[in-house]
Amino acid sequence: MSSEVPEGVHSTAPSTTTANSDETSSSGEVSSLKVVPLRSPVRYVSWALAAIVVAMFVHTLFSTTTRFGQDGMQPRFEWHIVFQYLFDRVFVYGAIVTVILTATSMIVGVAIGIGLAAMRLSKFGVFRVSAALYVWFFRGTPVWTQLIFWVNLAYLYPIISVGLPFGSTWHSWSMSGFETNFFLVAIIALGLNEGAYMAEIVRGGILVVDHGQVEAASSLGMRRALAFRRIILPQAMRSIIPPTGNETISMLKTTSLVAPALGAISILGITTGDINEAAVNILSRNYHTIPVLMVAALWYLFLTSVLSIVQYFIERHYGRGFVSTSHRRERRSLRTALEESPR
Amino acid sequence: MSTDNLVEARQVRKHFGRLEVLKGINLNVARGEVTCLLGPSGSGKSTFLRCINHLEKIDGGELLVDGQHVGYQRKGNKLYELSDSRISRHRADIGMVFQRFNLFPHLTALENITLAPTKVLKQSSSVVGARALALLERVGLADKAGSYPSQLSGGQQQRVAIARALCMEPKLLLFDEPTSALDPELVGDVLDVMKSLANDGMTMIVVTHEIGFAREVADTAYFMDHGVIVESGKPQDVLVNPQTDRLREFLRQVL
Repeated sequence: MSSEVPEGVHSTAPSTTTANSDETSSSGEVSSLKVVPLRSPVRYVSWALAAIVVAMFVHTLFSTTTRFGQDGMQPRFEWHIVFQYLFDRVFVYGAIVTVILTATSMIVGVAIGIGLAAMRLSKFGVFRVSAALYVWFFRGTPVWTQLIFWVNLAYLYPIISVGLPFGSTWHSWSMSGFETNFFLVAIIALGLNEGAYMAEIVRGGILVVDHGQVEAASSLGMRRALAFRRIILPQAMRSIIPPTGNETISMLKTTSLVAPALGAISILGITTGDINEAAVNILSRNYHTIPVLMVAALWYLFLTSVLSIVQYFIERHYGRGFVSTSHRRERRSLRTALEESPR
Repeated sequence: MSTDNLVEARQVRKHFGRLEVLKGINLNVARGEVTCLLGPSGSGKSTFLRCINHLEKIDGGELLVDGQHVGYQRKGNKLYELSDSRISRHRADIGMVFQRFNLFPHLTALENITLAPTKVLKQSSSVVGARALALLERVGLADKAGSYPSQLSGGQQQRVAIARALCMEPKLLLFDEPTSALDPELVGDVLDVMKSLANDGMTMIVVTHEIGFAREVADTAYFMDHGVIVESGKPQDVLVNPQTDRLREFLRQVL
């Protein structure tokens, strides 16, 4: 009955029927047949072309060129200036500021995002509506505007009081000092803004988790909060991490708005700016615009690379138990199995 | 309320929008009995099973497990829905096994089994761990404790799911078509585990299409169609000498 053996499926038993009967004459050869994957010459040609283009570009990085209004050949990129400033104290402090601002803002943002996402999925309408309004407001206004508003909070609300509505006051706090604590203002402004974006990312991740997981958790007597923490969120993390990596890398550069909007930040007893502020300060003095900005770009690239590596390990952690993580390994084991099986 | 019945359903009604899926179900399950619910898809048997542990809310009648309303509290002539924490406490006594297994994919087989007893029942992890390993042994998967669900076959996953439900030491086990998503050659292992549970006196309600299992293991079989119980009784009678055309027709299609 097995007249239709799928192509490529070779049984080790020589007597089975094959579509082409002339091929089955020598049984010894069939068992030692090797599968050769398709290798197109396009593969090698395309690599060669790409290598040439890259070589040409790298050459331009280190070659000289003529410039309008200047005699003779000039270096196109002034690498000696780049290396002169690459590990300048101002940039090192700038990198520290950028990293601390990014990390703290993201921690605030992720915490707010998880809370808001849980509120969006709550059975209580007041939570759903207020979370939706929050997201609407903080996504709908520019970060720059939010930074300026927060630093002016002390002018708009100089005293914050707790008490009965329109009645007696129990306790009051003066907001004086808040308008000069740029670090705190920056974390609040960036964190609250990020929370709105993270809320949607977390909500999307939760929606991906199969509803059967909630039912299984409920049937085991888990309360909603426990099921959310131990069952839903760890699975949602798989789809939350990649866009969160995006957000973190984006935040790395958004922190460059803080210094122009507010001013220099005091961290570890040093008042300084972030990477971008360091570049702006230096190039406004020596006018080496391109090389100094290249230093800033290299620092941002370096930090982004570190974050990508961190993201890889976090993804691997939350991917445990899912087929997709072992996909590569499975593909490899499948390949070796194919190569080794009929021996 | 002292009674031999672990589960008592009286005039249970349920509708999804305008569609009435349960039209007054009366059913009693005695302690230690195995009850099979049979019927075509859409007959309401799975919905009824999910009402028993309050995964679905009922719209009328009453449903008691061990003399208690599940998820409700009766005051006078009204049933008041309980809070999340009180419903959860009721559910902890009722195990459930799903058609699609619903193992937690991010946890190993052992972690799947131990999570709820340690976090819900607050039992010590050493006690739970020992019990979980014994249960894995019992379902024939002692060597799979460290495997993730994705590394197990469907039949193995379902047996882990049964062990997970058992580790809560429930007084009642609900099975929602436990073998319907399995390859035919894997059904036997799962049914064997269920049979051994039945022999040990576990009270079970099983929604199934396995007529052979129902005939062999069940103490009572119910045939449901369009939200009502059409026939019920001992499986030897009901499934061998069906009284209604509807059941005769169903058995002809299934067997």
